[in-house]
Amino acid sequence: MSEELHDVRLTVNGASHEIRVPARRLLSDALRHDLRLTGTHVGCEHGVCGACTVLVDGEPMRACLMFAVSAVDHEITTVEGLTHADGSLSPVQQAFAECHGLQCGFCTPGFLTTITAGLRDNPQPTHEEARDMIAGNLCRCTGYQNIVKAVERAAELGSEARTSTTGGAS
Amino acid sequence: MKPAPFDYRRPGSIAEAVQILAGEPNAKVLAGGQSLVPLLSMRLAAPAMLVDINAIPGLDAIEVEDGGVRIGALARHAAVLASPDVRRVQPLVPMALAHVAHATIRNRGTTVGSLIHADAAAEMPVVLSLLGGSVDVDGPSGRRTIPASELYVGPLESSLHHDEIAVSAFFPALAPGAGVAFQELARRHGDYALVGAAALVEGESVEVGYLSVSDVPTVVDLSGVDDADLGEAALAQLEPADDIHATAAYRAQLVRVLTGKVVRSAREWADQHAEGAR
Repeated sequence: MSEELHDVRLTVNGASHEIRVPARRLLSDALRHDLRLTGTHVGCEHGVCGACTVLVDGEPMRACLMFAVSAVDHEITTVEGLTHADGSLSPVQQAFAECHGLQCGFCTPGFLTTITAGLRDNPQPTHEEARDMIAGNLCRCTGYQNIVKAVERAAELGSEARTSTTGGAS
Repeated sequence: MKPAPFDYRRPGSIAEAVQILAGEPNAKVLAGGQSLVPLLSMRLAAPAMLVDINAIPGLDAIEVEDGGVRIGALARHAAVLASPDVRRVQPLVPMALAHVAHATIRNRGTTVGSLIHADAAAEMPVVLSLLGGSVDVDGPSGRRTIPASELYVGPLESSLHHDEIAVSAFFPALAPGAGVAFQELARRHGDYALVGAAALVEGESVEVGYLSVSDVPTVVDLSGVDDADLGEAALAQLEPADDIHATAAYRAQLVRVLTGKVVRSAREWADQHAEGAR
């Protein structure tokens, strides 16, 4: 007896995709296996590590704790969708590169998505708020210090970008 | 770490959901899924069917009613935590929600789902029990209200029937002059608490609810107990258990320490807000 398949339309990084998957297909697996968007990493697969964090309608959520069939009607943004259209890095990505915010890079996609939403909601976090922003993501290489620095650097880059686009007017 | 196969239904109304549940005794309701999906992935649960209620309109409402606030089955923890109405009517709800997992989990997880999941290590079942709240459920024979005192029957077990679906929870308002407080100790912020305590102080009445101490959320009446004896008086009514996270003796010590702290803190809260009202 074969498993029932469902036609699912996912909107990921602005593009619409049709996939045919069993109901138990995790969103994380749908992204990686069905859509070949392998930027979303899968660590613990039970919601603890944060590596698979994607943005669902702009809010960070664990892709391993959602089913693809349940992700219809939502706009999903993965790490691939953070880069600017011209291929240049977003402020958060740029800050990770500058601050050595990654070593092996496995956890990085989840940090980048989480911080992107975090700085959108709170563009000028205090040091404590910067630490709190990443409290739900695990990194086994960096010891977090450089990731916290990257959050703060990304906030600076974001505010510089806003200043330059408004011509310095305040 | 992949769930076992299951049938999937995505009803568009509560009536349809109830009908589907009636036809499949081994079905589970999927709301936020932040507790359910890990159980499925680890194959600790393998229901024949998931009934996904995320497409049912109107279930995400957060409404102030006479005497309290009603939270719909699809209201995410994050929305409840951010609601000024909830904070004004019953401040204990956001106090405790700030300790529910991490922000990312709160973006998807639902408060009502957490109540029905009935984990004795979770914050919100204790809050509902302490406040004397209730859950409204819909089933084949119509809607009924289950008071918190009749909701929790065992570890991860609520008194909902298999063909019933929780549609909302009601948290009573904080009475004028009353005070509340919440504290917990976890190895890391956002982890399950080793022990947590919520206090409600109203005139001479002092009640404290505990998570991660017993199999079910437990509320203890400490009215009339001297401040110095609060911890021991609470322990006389509790039986902390051993597990891999903490010994019973350590849990007992946490009960001693946290009980005094939350009661004091609830009194301070009442005093501060009484002054603010004058």
